[in-house]
Amino acid sequence: MQYAILCYHDENVVSAWSKEEDDAVMAKLARVHEKLARQGKLGPVVRLLPTTAATTLRKDREPPLVIDGPFAETKEQLLGFYVVDCASLEEVLQIARELAAANPGGAYEIRPIGVFNPGSARA
Amino acid sequence: MSDVSWIDAVLTSARAQAVAALLRYFRDLDIAEEAFQEACLRALKSWPKNGPPRDAAAWLIMVGKNAAIDTVRRQRREGPLPQEELISDLSDAEASTVERIDEADYRDDILRLLFVCCHPELPATQQIALALRIVSGLSTRQIARAFLVSDDAMEQRITRAKARVAKANVPFEAPSAVDRSERLAAVAAMLYLLFNEGYTAGASEQGSRAALCDEAIRLCRLLLRLFPAEPEIMALTSLLLLQHARSRARFDMDGSVVLLEEQDRQLWDQKLIAEGLALIDKAVRHRRPGPYQVQAAIAALHARAQRPQDTDWGEIDLLYGALERMQPSPVVTLNRAVAAAKVRGPEAALAMIEPLAAKLNGYFYFHGAKGAFLLELGRSEEARVAFNRAIALANTPAEAAHIRQQLDRLARPSPHKNLGHTR
Repeated sequence: MQYAILCYHDENVVSAWSKEEDDAVMAKLARVHEKLARQGKLGPVVRLLPTTAATTLRKDREPPLVIDGPFAETKEQLLGFYVVDCASLEEVLQIARELAAANPGGAYEIRPIGVFNPGSARA
Repeated sequence: MSDVSWIDAVLTSARAQAVAALLRYFRDLDIAEEAFQEACLRALKSWPKNGPPRDAAAWLIMVGKNAAIDTVRRQRREGPLPQEELISDLSDAEASTVERIDEADYRDDILRLLFVCCHPELPATQQIALALRIVSGLSTRQIARAFLVSDDAMEQRITRAKARVAKANVPFEAPSAVDRSERLAAVAAMLYLLFNEGYTAGASEQGSRAALCDEAIRLCRLLLRLFPAEPEIMALTSLLLLQHARSRARFDMDGSVVLLEEQDRQLWDQKLIAEGLALIDKAVRHRRPGPYQVQAAIAALHARAQRPQDTDWGEIDLLYGALERMQPSPVVTLNRAVAAAKVRGPEAALAMIEPLAAKLNGYFYFHGAKGAFLLELGRSEEARVAFNRAIALANTPAEAAHIRQQLDRLARPSPHKNLGHTR
């Protein structure tokens, strides 16, 4: 089963990290990623740019409305996601715990994937 | 990240909102600052044990408020105080504060706090110092180091700025739409100044001053989260990101300035560029052009060029033309001339800047650009005069070193073609 691990954190906090702190977190995460990749469990990994760069298309009306900013105004924002291939929820939770140890604060939302199309866009 | 640096990041991120709310409450910068300091001390004691509160800003506001209230009573300050029952019960502090401070309120609070720091009555140097002290929470010593002045001098500067702001009496009611947009414009200008303080630092000062660039970008993003549909704020953020993306390529090993065209573009930060390009894209969609949008669009054209020769100078020339109409200034015309030299040749560029001589006679870049145009036209003697004048006017050793390189090229038989922005 494939799962998405959605990464939420307070963006104000993350953007208050110095470049060195940010680099340190990314380096710790990279070690976890390498392990998962060796095990053949790691799918695409995405870190999103800040929500200030986001645009939302509200399609609940005709014509759809374009709004600046992210869809949800919440304390924590969706800052990125992983796709992982695991046998069970327990295994995904274990991965999420390892990622959390490398990058504390915020939350991971674990969502089983229905359709996964790897697409053709270059990384 | 260690416990303490993690808490530091949370305190930094909550600071603007918390100090802004405390300022609205106590209507005095010093009290607001002290209240926040006190709240931070308590956070450092309580958070490692109890874990951080979900809404750190609300926690800090409530704790700071309570801590300062006695002080305020002792000093018998005027101004409305809250009802006892609202502040005496800390157990539900977060929930009650969150209920009472809605989005719009704290948005105007933060804008007011930033605006207070860049009040038109303050000279630019005081604006930046005050913002770094109050909004960013840098210590007087850190700010003094960044500005290369003594701690005492900086302390005085900040005290004077605070006194002036207190006298200026910035109103505490919710601002009208016109006031709000004026405040936004003033704050944007201050953030650009702050960024430039860091950006114009030479390679040797990069440590303490380059941090000012990061801080300006952080505050821009904060402002943009508060006002997500303002194209000029998007564009200012974009402009700062695109300029900052080049920071690793701007100095060589010896600390000399490396011209844009000679920079190793591999060293440009592609993540910052991607964010900058996304933001200018968003801004332009609003079809409400402004000076920051034009400047960001110019920076975007440089960022998009894989190699110097891929630069769309024709478009840059047009954009500087637009900027000249929006914000006529000899410096803008000078920049346009640099682009025009690429499109229409150095002779045309020289003709554009001749009329600026009287106004820009004391300006380093004017003589640097003039020398470069003359050099390209093969008028070596006149170029030498212009370069010597530029060296005399250089603001930093790096600038002088760069012009000296040009003079060295003059001495060689076949001068290397060299034009362009020094920044």
